[in-house]
Amino acid sequence: MSEVTVTLLRLGYLALLWVLVLSAIAVLRRDLYGTRIVDRRRANRAQRSAAPAPAAPAPAANGTPPAAPPQRVSRSARSGSGPTKLVVTEGPLRGTIVPLGPAAVLVGRAPGCTLVLDDDYSSSRHARVFQQDGQWFVEDLGSTNGTFVADQRVEGPTPVPTGTPVRVGRSVLELQR
Amino acid sequence: MATVQPHRVRAGRGTELGLLVLALAIGIGGYVLVGIGTQDSVPSDVLGYGLGLAGLAFGLHLALRWRAPYADPVILPIAVALNGVGLAMIYRLDYAYRAKGRVGGFAEKQLVWTALSMALAAAVIILLRDHRTLRRYTYTAMVLGLALVALPLVPGLGVSINGARIWIRFGSVGLQPAELAKIVLAVFFAGYLVTHRDTLALAGPRLAGLQLPRARDLGPILIVWGASLAVLVLERDLGTSLLFFGLFVAMLYLATERLSWVVIGLLLFLAGAWFVASTFAHVGARFDAWLHAFDPAVFDKAVGGSGQLVRGLFGLASGGLFGTGWGQGRPDLVPYAESDFIVASIGEELGLTGLFALLMCYLILAQRGLRTAIGVRDGFGKLLAGGLAFVVAFQTFVVVGGVTRLIPLTGLTTPFLAYGGSSLLANWIIVALLLRISDEARRPAPAIRATTPGIGTPVVVGSGPSDSQPTERIEGVS
Repeated sequence: MSEVTVTLLRLGYLALLWVLVLSAIAVLRRDLYGTRIVDRRRANRAQRSAAPAPAAPAPAANGTPPAAPPQRVSRSARSGSGPTKLVVTEGPLRGTIVPLGPAAVLVGRAPGCTLVLDDDYSSSRHARVFQQDGQWFVEDLGSTNGTFVADQRVEGPTPVPTGTPVRVGRSVLELQR
Repeated sequence: MATVQPHRVRAGRGTELGLLVLALAIGIGGYVLVGIGTQDSVPSDVLGYGLGLAGLAFGLHLALRWRAPYADPVILPIAVALNGVGLAMIYRLDYAYRAKGRVGGFAEKQLVWTALSMALAAAVIILLRDHRTLRRYTYTAMVLGLALVALPLVPGLGVSINGARIWIRFGSVGLQPAELAKIVLAVFFAGYLVTHRDTLALAGPRLAGLQLPRARDLGPILIVWGASLAVLVLERDLGTSLLFFGLFVAMLYLATERLSWVVIGLLLFLAGAWFVASTFAHVGARFDAWLHAFDPAVFDKAVGGSGQLVRGLFGLASGGLFGTGWGQGRPDLVPYAESDFIVASIGEELGLTGLFALLMCYLILAQRGLRTAIGVRDGFGKLLAGGLAFVVAFQTFVVVGGVTRLIPLTGLTTPFLAYGGSSLLANWIIVALLLRISDEARRPAPAIRATTPGIGTPVVVGSGPSDSQPTERIEGVS
């Protein structure tokens, strides 16, 4: 066999090895560029402007507090003008989102709450966020440290406009569209 | 905290088939070129050899299509290519040994081991439906692992070869149980750490920016450190003890994200290495051969000299950038060219270009393992995949680093390339486990997970690092 053929075969084999390596990398490339890295905090802010309102989920069957009988979601909430989610904007659970439905949202440290806060400054059943006549209210459930809507301590059920900070312990909640 | 979400998952079985054909072309092409390089003719049995190798690879591919359709498409072809190159190199060395009148026969044995290992890998993929089953056997795995490590010390069963007592022998078949022990121990570490990582990560004082663990949590790492030192002292095996200790420290770091464990591990390792190097002559000789390799006195020493290491370096140098070509070099001048020094043999005949291609293959294999660990949803799978990927990468680093005189030479085998049945067996099982976990990682979540939970359902989120379900689930975004 001639010298040229041997050299060609030798280099051809090395080329074949690199073809395998490069085509394997080409397959992996999809992994590098085809993925989205989601930062929870930033994702929430981006969603605030862009997110379409999710369809209102079916009324929950399990025990809601007696003060808020399951009601139909008002037209405005479904059509997108009312808030659709409760977002934790500060505190240990920052970035957590609870979608809003017809039922009330119980906030506290007890495992039975809808939003279980991992927050030493909140009580076990701290506050309740509920809807009445298309308007969302927050009510303090006798917590130790109190609930604040826009820095005002809540005494009775207080209306919460969309985007107003609600402080519960060290956490701040916010209703968002 | 960030999460990685793939846009869409392609199962990738077609991609795998394409890459597999390429990998087989590399393996069989190497075999043909060895024949041309040594005897100036294509080996007569190339058809049978090629069909056999292709049959095994396609068999595994079919097993994946059947039982793990979403498994990673790159892992299998890479493993087949590495194994094929190793087989061709061992066949080439066999020829050189026969020409010198020495006993060959390594290639046939390695071929049998390859067939056995790939069949075993297929069996693992078919029989192990869910890797989480392994978590049930956490402590069984610990006992089994320690037993496997201690097996060569049993009189009558263990044999001592070249001063290291790491083999056991059944009749004519020799095995290195430590190779299998590394898988079993990875299972144990993953199972243990997934339960205990919170105490390991969070309890304890802070000192100079390092979160130090509590004294009682240091227990397991000290035990493993002691066990690996015992291996080193009793079996005189530097490589295996280094591998076990590295594996445990890496998995601790994966589990806890605490740099302090790495610092503690490195300090313990340095202390152990210094103690052993100053106490035991054979370890001290390794350091000597590493530091003063080109000293004639060290080079000419009959036992524990640097002759093998320096000959390997000469081989690499004569290979140069593009190598001498299959069958054109003299890799047989290096002792143990088919096992410990197969990297030097390949570097001589394929050159830096070829060696780098193979190292890239290892890199890709390890990357796939770590990517699988990121993608899989359960903590046990994350730790197991991360640990197994680390073992392959670390073992390659220790061997190649030893041969190229970056670190002291230790007696570990190069995964997939080197001659040795137990090493092949263990590495194919690792590949099978990685494929199984990657199937779980890449499989799209069932549709039910994507629905928004009804309001009133308790949502427990952010309960620390043990939370294996990402919080994003409650957003209803898939």
